[in-house]
Amino acid sequence: MNHRVVITGLGIYSCIGYNLDAVRQSLFEGKSGIILDPARKEFGYRSGLTGYVERPNLKDYLDRRARIMMPEHAEYAYMSTKEAIHEAGLTEDYFEDHEVGIIFGNDSCAKAVIDGIDKVREKKDTILVGSASVFQVLNSTINMNLSTIFKLRGINLTMSAACASGSHSIGIGYMFIKNGMQDMIICGGGQETNIYSMPNFDALSAFSIRENDPTRASRPFDRDRDGLVPSGGAATVILESLESAQRRGAPILAEVIGYGFSSNGAHISNPTVDGPARSLQMALRDAGLHAKDIGYLNAHATSTPAGDATEASAIYEVFKDAMPFVSSTKGMTGHECWMAGASEVVYSTLMMKNGFMAPNLNFENPDEESAKLKIVTETLENKFDVYLSNSFGFGGTNSSLIIKDWK
Amino acid sequence: MEREQILATVNGFLVEDFEVNEASITPDANLKDTLDLDSLDYVDLVVSIESNFGFKVKPEDFQSMVTMNDFYNYISDKISEKSAA
Repeated sequence: MNHRVVITGLGIYSCIGYNLDAVRQSLFEGKSGIILDPARKEFGYRSGLTGYVERPNLKDYLDRRARIMMPEHAEYAYMSTKEAIHEAGLTEDYFEDHEVGIIFGNDSCAKAVIDGIDKVREKKDTILVGSASVFQVLNSTINMNLSTIFKLRGINLTMSAACASGSHSIGIGYMFIKNGMQDMIICGGGQETNIYSMPNFDALSAFSIRENDPTRASRPFDRDRDGLVPSGGAATVILESLESAQRRGAPILAEVIGYGFSSNGAHISNPTVDGPARSLQMALRDAGLHAKDIGYLNAHATSTPAGDATEASAIYEVFKDAMPFVSSTKGMTGHECWMAGASEVVYSTLMMKNGFMAPNLNFENPDEESAKLKIVTETLENKFDVYLSNSFGFGGTNSSLIIKDWK
Repeated sequence: MEREQILATVNGFLVEDFEVNEASITPDANLKDTLDLDSLDYVDLVVSIESNFGFKVKPEDFQSMVTMNDFYNYISDKISEKSAA
């Protein structure tokens, strides 16, 4: 028997706000979280642009042992998860009596690895790296930290799928609940923003160099886009079976009704039209919907010339004359990479619950491909009941989620 | 290094890095209970000793220490060994 899967809690810690209220406001106002970081230039980056996220002070919440085990993105994830747990009406004793899982997206721990290895190089003795390093350097660091802090006893799994990690974490969580293997899973994605996290990506000239105008640098689908702006933070989405949510009288926000995925089976970094199109079609089939049923589409579009063009073509191929409103919130946030698929579900759900569509910031002129889309250029106070969120990653991994309002 | 200085340095990093309550650090206090140590903490004590006193110790050396005074004596002996060498 298939179970219906609902969202009962959201949490966010991002460059456009450190909680749901602040982020809802930023989305409505079309506020950018992008800055120029001089330290990146000094370090050797081609582009010093980045989303700015401050590290939270966890001294009030966690003891020393818990804190030293966490790299920066686990701290962000702690903050977003704490908020989501609260929003879902859960207390920690609930986790003692129920098998709640955690599937978080993450695909790097650059700073922890570099700091640790630098120490060993300097001291020529591994013990001087300290006890916490190994727990910070593993890709599963967010999972292992949050599952021990919150005493979670269900599925405990990290999703590493490059920039689609956060989206797949929700897709896989949805499948575990849909088939009855879990009643509740804490899903999400976290992304480090330190100086060591992105130089290899910068090496590919993938980042915008519009450094004289940081808030206008990320311009998805715009004709004059010149690359993405890296960003980060963490987002949490609590998925739950409908039965479980109703049994405990939880606040039900929305329902996950479709998950689609595909692999391009092509180049490691060059995008394709076919791969994303198949992911979109699979999500629609899984949801039992037609193109015309989607009210809003939150695009993956990161502001790179090739990526945005191929996504626009894939969207057009699937939707044609049933085109939904489209925006990429990355115009405001930059590309939140491993976190993006989860944060964009948070952003889109906030929009759906508050009756507006956030603008695709800095979209001024279309190119040949984006001219075929219905792009939201300014905040649109337009209600919608169903949205689709796209996330794509290096290696050609694609994920599409369809989420429906719960009234 | 004077014993007072050793005490101040050890107590300093226990309070600062290990967040031990300063009032609980007395010479006769039980080392394991005072510091609430688990196996991971011994690794961090090795790191703190190296960065504060400039020599390396083995985590298993802590097994034979019972009180804070044993800990101070151990550091003091190591410093003497180092100066004699």
